Amino acid sequence: MKASIGGYAQAETVAHAIALLGEAGGEGRILAGGQSLVAALNLGTSEGDMLIDIAGIAALRGVKLDGDRLVIGALTRHCDLVRDPLVGEHAPLFAKAAPLVAHDAIRNRGTIGGSLAYADPAAEYPACAIALDAAIILEGPDGTREIPARDFFTGLFETARAEGEILTAITVPKAQDGERHVIREGTRRAGDYALAGLAVVMRDGRHRIGAFGLGDRPLLCQGAMAALDQGDVDGAVTALAQDVDPPSDAQASASYRRHLAGVLLRRIAADLGVAP
Amino acid sequence: MTIRFDDPNRPNSYIGRTVPRPNAGRLVAGRGRYVDDITLPRMVHVAFVRSPHAHARIGAIETGGAEALKGVLRVFTGRDLAEVCTPWEGKLLHLEGMKTPPQHPLALDRACWVGEPVVAVVGRTRADAEAGAALVEIDFGPLPAVTDIRTALDADTPVLHEALGDNLCFRKANEKGEVDRIFAEAHKVVEASFKTARHTGVTLEPRVILVDWNSGDGEMTAHVSNQAPHMLQVLLAGHLDIPESRVRVVCGDVGGSFGLKVHVYPDEVATAAIAKIMERPVKFTSDRMEAFISDIHARDHEATGRVALDETGKILGFDVDDWTGIGPYSIYPRTSAVEGLQVTNLIGGPYAFDHYRCRTSVVFQNKGICAQYRAVGHPVAVAITEGLVDKAAAEMGFDPIEIRRRNLVADDAYPLTTAAGLKLEGLSHHKSLDALVEAMDYAALRAEQKALREKGIHRGIGIASFIELTNPSPFMYGIGGARISAQDGCTVRMDPDGSVVALTGITEQGQGTEAIMAQIVAEAVGVSPQMVRIVTGDTRVTPFGGGTWASRGAGIGGEAALQAGRAVRGQALEVAASLLQAKAGDLDIRDGIIVDADTGEERLALSEVGRIVYFRGDTLPKGLPRELMQTRHFITSNYPYAFTNGVQASYVEVDTETGFVTLLKHWCVEDCGRIINPLLVDEQIRGGIVQGIGAALFEETCYDEEGQLLNGTMADYLVPMSGEMPDMIIRHVETPTEESELGAKGAGEAGTAGAPAAVMNAINDAIRPLGGAVTHMPFTPERILRALGTITD
Repeated sequence: MKASIGGYAQAETVAHAIALLGEAGGEGRILAGGQSLVAALNLGTSEGDMLIDIAGIAALRGVKLDGDRLVIGALTRHCDLVRDPLVGEHAPLFAKAAPLVAHDAIRNRGTIGGSLAYADPAAEYPACAIALDAAIILEGPDGTREIPARDFFTGLFETARAEGEILTAITVPKAQDGERHVIREGTRRAGDYALAGLAVVMRDGRHRIGAFGLGDRPLLCQGAMAALDQGDVDGAVTALAQDVDPPSDAQASASYRRHLAGVLLRRIAADLGVAP
Repeated sequence: MTIRFDDPNRPNSYIGRTVPRPNAGRLVAGRGRYVDDITLPRMVHVAFVRSPHAHARIGAIETGGAEALKGVLRVFTGRDLAEVCTPWEGKLLHLEGMKTPPQHPLALDRACWVGEPVVAVVGRTRADAEAGAALVEIDFGPLPAVTDIRTALDADTPVLHEALGDNLCFRKANEKGEVDRIFAEAHKVVEASFKTARHTGVTLEPRVILVDWNSGDGEMTAHVSNQAPHMLQVLLAGHLDIPESRVRVVCGDVGGSFGLKVHVYPDEVATAAIAKIMERPVKFTSDRMEAFISDIHARDHEATGRVALDETGKILGFDVDDWTGIGPYSIYPRTSAVEGLQVTNLIGGPYAFDHYRCRTSVVFQNKGICAQYRAVGHPVAVAITEGLVDKAAAEMGFDPIEIRRRNLVADDAYPLTTAAGLKLEGLSHHKSLDALVEAMDYAALRAEQKALREKGIHRGIGIASFIELTNPSPFMYGIGGARISAQDGCTVRMDPDGSVVALTGITEQGQGTEAIMAQIVAEAVGVSPQMVRIVTGDTRVTPFGGGTWASRGAGIGGEAALQAGRAVRGQALEVAASLLQAKAGDLDIRDGIIVDADTGEERLALSEVGRIVYFRGDTLPKGLPRELMQTRHFITSNYPYAFTNGVQASYVEVDTETGFVTLLKHWCVEDCGRIINPLLVDEQIRGGIVQGIGAALFEETCYDEEGQLLNGTMADYLVPMSGEMPDMIIRHVETPTEESELGAKGAGEAGTAGAPAAVMNAINDAIRPLGGAVTHMPFTPERILRALGTITD
């Protein structure tokens, strides 16, 4: 099927992109790496989109430190996350998650901002973002605002981003000494969306668990987190089954996904050395 | 003169060697020409409005909106095309009792599956045509859908085609011996049920056709991604009322076919009909979403089977009841009954036993049409057979290798006719099994499995012996009235400089046909393969033939090439003998030079023979033929099919907590008769194994109970990918067929035939100690955990 778009414009700056969004009359769509959007256009899932290409905005690229937080620009690609030294030191969860995203060709173009804004519930980064207690930076006609990742993802492919806003960066607290990051997922084939996955951050003896593929959005698994904080792995697995609300589809039933999540949690607990 | 195939040092010994593929350089250089690469003057594009319903009455069709759109040229309904194109029925006369209704290029009164083409919109570009298609309004009246196989014949199931009376397309029972008595009296009877999942071929290049009608010449030219150009020529001519000589079908580069491109598709015939009406070139390129709903599907089988054995583990008989759903129409012209029919022939194929019963019931459904796909029926029959044999071995305490040794047909027992009625010329099951055991170091693998089991690591070894039908005679289709050629031909022509052009009826779709033909012709004539240009896939110039399918290219097309090449060699030697005042029998052609056959002394360049024949025929004796061009056709006659055999093994690790399977290694020992190009045969086996693994672990076309397709993209229909594939060790045994001088049987489907059973048996070997078994493909992590009882809700 041929993509049917309403128009295309290259934005030169963030302000320019916001202005273009405003002019698009609700049809504006931000094009970054294009690895989900272009596929969706070719599937004919929407038409008439006014594409605003932000790939040339240098200010959205790159990773930097800002006080006790790491700022990852929206255009930072999956392949950049794998090898960026700042990410490796301060947010290794993203460096571990990036190789799990699709395949090389996609990782060379796809961006973290695009993945977060698209909010696929089976994608890795949104779950990592909530496990890391990250904040999403949005810029719009009324200025810049910051929103905690756990509040950003509001439903199936839905976020708190307003129509005229652009996701420009994600910030995460710098990893502390002794902090541990683990991500595990189950996929039928390497690079597929996960049947179930968990991203876990252990910080100061406390755990934050972000689940993906296990609900209509990335889920912060608070019951399992509390049990794991107590060193109660069995209790965490039992609580996790309540924390998640997985879908059934042609790949696997909700029962299987729930079970797989429990297995992954046990393995992560073992990775982290939590007593069984 | 016969070729001494056993002597690798014979002159011109290209047959049996790995030589570079002559067409690879062109493809790697980006100079391939697939149908979608072709743009003709005045060319337009067609897009189809397809049924969104599994079953619906077609009411009023409103085309005004589409016709008013800028860029849309014409809109056609089924009635429009029915005026220039006759309908077809996919039936074979020798399949007694077979039923299927007439099928038109576009549905007339009812749509019968999600994806059936209903309206065609022609636009200046594909985008224009699609935009027009989106504006066509069809008043569909939804009807109840038939989707379940086992209840398709129940009284309270709606009848899909009222005129046919019921939903049974075809039923056949193959029975020999005293099955009921043997099973009642046997020491051991083992029973199991099996499902092979409906899946499809997923060619890299989708279906594409570009048809032009030149009304001045009264000639139709169809460029099409297809593997049977002469079949399509004849059928387009028949249904569009054109003399066959004025239909030219051109199959240039084809990006994979796997049987999927050997059928007549309504959208492709519609494209031809539209070209004839509009008198201009019309292109249809299927996109990937269309492919999943309009390409043929296959393997939608459910079966129960049992095997009877005596106390020594000797198999006494098989008894299988197979059911298969084929969608709403039997495919044209091969029929959709052949897959089930093959199951009734192939159960127990490798084994010696006397009592046999296998019935297949082929039923209609409101899903995509099922038809021949690589290794037709074999993966189903091999899975049932080998699943039962392994289950029997486990229950009786035999090692899987040992029970096969006790039951495989002896290598010196041929020729023989099996209980299922198959005539076998010569197979090598025991030699192949011995080679497999050696290649995989079976004993060491078992020891490793045992040691790891104690550490909680569950690995399994699965074995699958099989036979494979290749080189079909007219007994497959011709006797049923189908205009599908079982013979094939080759024309070999020497040009003045001694280089050679060979035109063949078999086709290249990526597997290396042109490479093996170049080798055969090179050896037959006595020139190097670089001096041979192969021409395939153009019905205007190539000898009438069948094309490449059912593993027939090498065995049948190859023999025709060998004989045509030998004939040209004979002509060249006759001229040379005259020039040299020698006897033709004392001369030979080696690497393009006429030599003294005994001493190898060079006498005359082949180019000199070409110069004299073509430019100075006046210098030759009167009456001496001045010809360097010959055509030969070949057809098998002693056996209906050349069966091959082989055995595969799979080594897997099952994560019993998650249900995930890791493929550790795969082996195949295969006997395809004379091997023409070892590397190409190995690649065929490997590619076939990958598709078999796809069936075992990944591929499934899922429909809901209303007949809606649930997975129609590459994101949710899982094809096997390299990351999950194991290393594969391929070995060969060579038992040439004596039907031909070449001795080649087919090699293209063996990998697919045996791999699913090998993987299934390996998984079951891994999980058997935990008390589970899987027989429902694909073996998803969830199905494995359900078999283990880990998930119950």
